[in-house]
Amino acid sequence: MTKLQGLLFGLATVALVVLATFYFTKTWLPPLLSDRGDIDRAFGLTLAVTGVVFILTNLLLAYCGWRYQDHEGARAAYWHESSRLEWTWTTITAVVMFYFAFKALGLWAQVTSPAPADAFVVEVTAQQFAWNVRYPGPDGIFGRTDVRLVDPTALNFIGLDKSDPGAADDVTMQNQLYLPEGRPVRVRLRSLDVIHSFFLPNFRVKQDAVPGMTTETWFVPRKAGDSEIACAEHCGANHFRMRGFLHVVAPGDLETRIKEAGQ
Amino acid sequence: MAHPAPAPVAEAHAPQAFIWRYVFSKDHKVIGIQYYLTAMVMALIAGLLAMLIRLQIAWPEKSWPALTRLLPTGFTDGVMNPEFYAMLFTMHGTIMVFFVLSTAPVSGFGNLLIPLQAGARDMAFPFLNGLSYWTFLVGCVVILTSFFVGAGAAAAGWTSYPPLSALKGTVPGSQTGQTFWIVGMVFFIASFTMGGLNFATTILNLRTKGLSMMRMPLTMWSMLLVAVLGLLSFPALTAASLMLIFDRHFGTSFFLPAGLAVSGAALVGPDGSPLHQGGTPLLWQHLFWFLGHPEVYILMLPALGFTSDIIATFCRKPIFGYRTMVGALLAIATLSFVVWGHHMFVSGMSPYLAMAFAVFTMLIAVPSAVKVFNWLATLWRSRIRYTTAMLWALGVVSLFISGGLSGIFLGQSAVDIHLTDTYFVVAHFHLIMAGAALFGVFGATAYWFPKMFGRMMNETLGKLHFWLTFVAYYSTFFPMHYIGVSGHMRRLYDPYQYEFLKGFQPINQFITISAFVLGTSQLVFFVNFFWSAFRGKKASENPWDANGLEWTTPSPPPHGNWPGPIPEVHRWPYDYSVPEAPADHVLQTDPAPIGERAH
Repeated sequence: MTKLQGLLFGLATVALVVLATFYFTKTWLPPLLSDRGDIDRAFGLTLAVTGVVFILTNLLLAYCGWRYQDHEGARAAYWHESSRLEWTWTTITAVVMFYFAFKALGLWAQVTSPAPADAFVVEVTAQQFAWNVRYPGPDGIFGRTDVRLVDPTALNFIGLDKSDPGAADDVTMQNQLYLPEGRPVRVRLRSLDVIHSFFLPNFRVKQDAVPGMTTETWFVPRKAGDSEIACAEHCGANHFRMRGFLHVVAPGDLETRIKEAGQ
Repeated sequence: MAHPAPAPVAEAHAPQAFIWRYVFSKDHKVIGIQYYLTAMVMALIAGLLAMLIRLQIAWPEKSWPALTRLLPTGFTDGVMNPEFYAMLFTMHGTIMVFFVLSTAPVSGFGNLLIPLQAGARDMAFPFLNGLSYWTFLVGCVVILTSFFVGAGAAAAGWTSYPPLSALKGTVPGSQTGQTFWIVGMVFFIASFTMGGLNFATTILNLRTKGLSMMRMPLTMWSMLLVAVLGLLSFPALTAASLMLIFDRHFGTSFFLPAGLAVSGAALVGPDGSPLHQGGTPLLWQHLFWFLGHPEVYILMLPALGFTSDIIATFCRKPIFGYRTMVGALLAIATLSFVVWGHHMFVSGMSPYLAMAFAVFTMLIAVPSAVKVFNWLATLWRSRIRYTTAMLWALGVVSLFISGGLSGIFLGQSAVDIHLTDTYFVVAHFHLIMAGAALFGVFGATAYWFPKMFGRMMNETLGKLHFWLTFVAYYSTFFPMHYIGVSGHMRRLYDPYQYEFLKGFQPINQFITISAFVLGTSQLVFFVNFFWSAFRGKKASENPWDANGLEWTTPSPPPHGNWPGPIPEVHRWPYDYSVPEAPADHVLQTDPAPIGERAH
């Protein structure tokens, strides 16, 4: 019985290593459509390093579990300290973790840096369970909004104040987002009711939309084409239905496409 | 160094009446078992909720007429309602985190073990200890009752982020259910605070002669740190809960800003002024995670303590690097207070703040890795006895490696942008926090069962239960990493509404079937537990040839813990295979100048 358990534990651990590693060699990240390839590279590097640690520690665990089973006449080593060993593995781990932390800070600074001044600006106002997209129009100014003017029957979902001069050329639409290919895009996020999270799986973009705040994120769409906008923060019973569509189009076509889709 | 032995207890005999002896008991062992059994009932309920969650994710389009008859408010014509689904995952998380995995290891085994390992007649405050259990039970009743009030139980997630949890019109569970959630949590926190005071006081003041801090078993160390973590972190949630009550019922605006509109209607008074203004939802997140992150270590630290003690016993070898193990526990506990923001990288919190949280999060991997290396070094050139308890301890090591490494992805804030709120996170915390805590509890149960009931658990059933659980646990949670990397979000009633998630239904079905196997396997444990408690082999004083003080008294220990005087301690509990010793273990009470004493 004893022998069997050690063998089983060793084999189960090896099986875990083989299966986990095999499936991690497949591509799971959705196709990248933005300039955030550095996130994918950081993910890949982390996967490689943690993968090696995962394999080595598990193989050692499997080996010990199988090799050092109790048997007649054996006595365990009375060995419970080794400063050299402990300093070695603590230092190595600390160095690796500091390296990762350092890398992570650089990447984070890059991703959260202010958007370029010439970025294309769009506003997305989340509500249960839709994304309200707004373009400022040729004047580049988002008109005033007031929550008291919200009127779904008049398709005024965000309470746009049409008496405000800045609002005259604003274009709004629901669940459809048109962005130019190859140009930095700055998304201003707001929410009318609860917290939502603006998630573009193919763009490595996720940013919460929080009522009372305007949060921002920016990125560069790299490929023309259609993809999905998802809500990543539980926002109510129909959270699963809060789906939008992102269309990346050639910069020349953008205005026409927005005009066609606008309300 | 050593503290004077506590004064002899005046009340040497246990109360004789059943109600005072087993119901309103002040004996730490009875209270520990009461906590444990209550947690078991809560685990059964929360586990069934998980089964329903998995059923829905795997086959959202299917109709289950039988479930409509069983749960008429949750299902319509055999199809689950999305509102009910939100209640399921909210209550699964809440019950598991607080009422099962904080309760069983900490309140259950902490109560059972602390006086026995410290050499005390009982906890420092036995009445407070009894009171803490009954307060906890009220919390359980309130939480369970919430399913039957108004529009049903809370449905804003176990994290209860406002405005979803604050505005009644945003989800049905945020009507009466959320109020019950808050009240239940306040009872839980009050109970946990009483327990924490008792734990810390007992460990600091009631240790027997000779038991210095650096001779304490690692289980005791973990309990001390857990008590401190609880005492320092839970008040943040108490405060937040009361503020949420005020926002919900008395018109304050701690978490609510102006400019809100729900379902197309502005939240304004008759004069057009906003009903709420000036608050921020982020405040709740900070307060919640200020508790929430230490809380995950409250779940995990006891499991790390149990694992260390079980591994030493069944390796017949001292735990490797005891001092660094204590240091690592202290480092993890300290760092756990400065990493809460890693739950909030995309929340809208200042990116500069995120940098500090990311660095501290990466640092916490160092003491965690040290623990793993020390366990592996303990196994090295050991002599493993494969008991059920040892298998669970090895399971904890395995899960701690798997779940710990995925934390390195999530700690890097930029990588976290893609992974947060996906199944990658679900995989991560189910392996490391839930899994390690659960396996730790199973290991502790097999190991200390003799001290609970005076009998041995059945080893064959125990091993069967381990293997079924080990395989099913990994089959359930490991594949979640892959779909998480693909962007599969958490908490989706029907993931296949999204084009990019349609292809993952087969993996989700595999996960669900594994989860069903995992759930069903727990029946083996229940049978073994109750059969062994009444019919198991009678246990001797020290069935595992272990060294701790709890093994120097009969199984189960009598009221007052030792029939005679309280034993004195002369060494640490890890003197296994000491070369000069006649036996392969030396009890903590043995004064022979060998092993740790020789240093």
